[in-house]
Amino acid sequence: MSRSTKKGPYIHPSLRKKISTMLRSGDKRLIKTWSRSSTILPQMVGLSIGVHNGKTHVTVYISENMVGHKLGEFAPTRRFPGHAGSKDEKTASRR
Amino acid sequence: MARIAGIELPREKRVEIGLTYIFGIGLTTSQKVLEATHTDPNIRVKDLTEEQVNRLREYIDRTVKVEGDLRREVDLNIKRLIEIGCYRGIRHRRNLPVHGQRTRTNARTRRGPKKTVAGKKKATKK
Repeated sequence: MSRSTKKGPYIHPSLRKKISTMLRSGDKRLIKTWSRSSTILPQMVGLSIGVHNGKTHVTVYISENMVGHKLGEFAPTRRFPGHAGSKDEKTASRR
Repeated sequence: MARIAGIELPREKRVEIGLTYIFGIGLTTSQKVLEATHTDPNIRVKDLTEEQVNRLREYIDRTVKVEGDLRREVDLNIKRLIEIGCYRGIRHRRNLPVHGQRTRTNARTRRGPKKTVAGKKKATKK
């Protein structure tokens, strides 16, 4: 079930504010956010956003075809370190 | 011989069902196509007249995305997900289920046949 178009895409108000000031001033510093459920808007293309994964902020560089996804999709919350004694799993866990 | 969208030709079935042998056409699409072309869904594929077959073929070519084109579109969508590195892309990359199913057991469709890991001892009851 997708969200009603009447409401527009969800983005956390404070994140929205930060982004618009960022765009006006033109500087491209990292924006840290905890709002994983915010939608990526077309205006955000080219920015780097630190998305919280529950532990740290993962730097996500927003590219064009990420628009419409949520920020959280790019900051995995689980890390699979592999099973004991198998080496290929270990290399696979970090991409 | 009814040949629509490449190589599809089931003979003894009702057209309604026969059309679903085309990748990209299920029962719903099949019924819609037949209604739009004013064809009786109950006649057998072998009993279709040449003219009816042509009408079907033309309609499907024009309106429905089937077979190769559709497969390509699906592959592109998956490739996009993999490239942008989102959660779903990662699941595709690692050949695990994408829609949040459990992986503790099952998930055999994506993961393939079981590969038994040696060395795990059974818990002994005291």
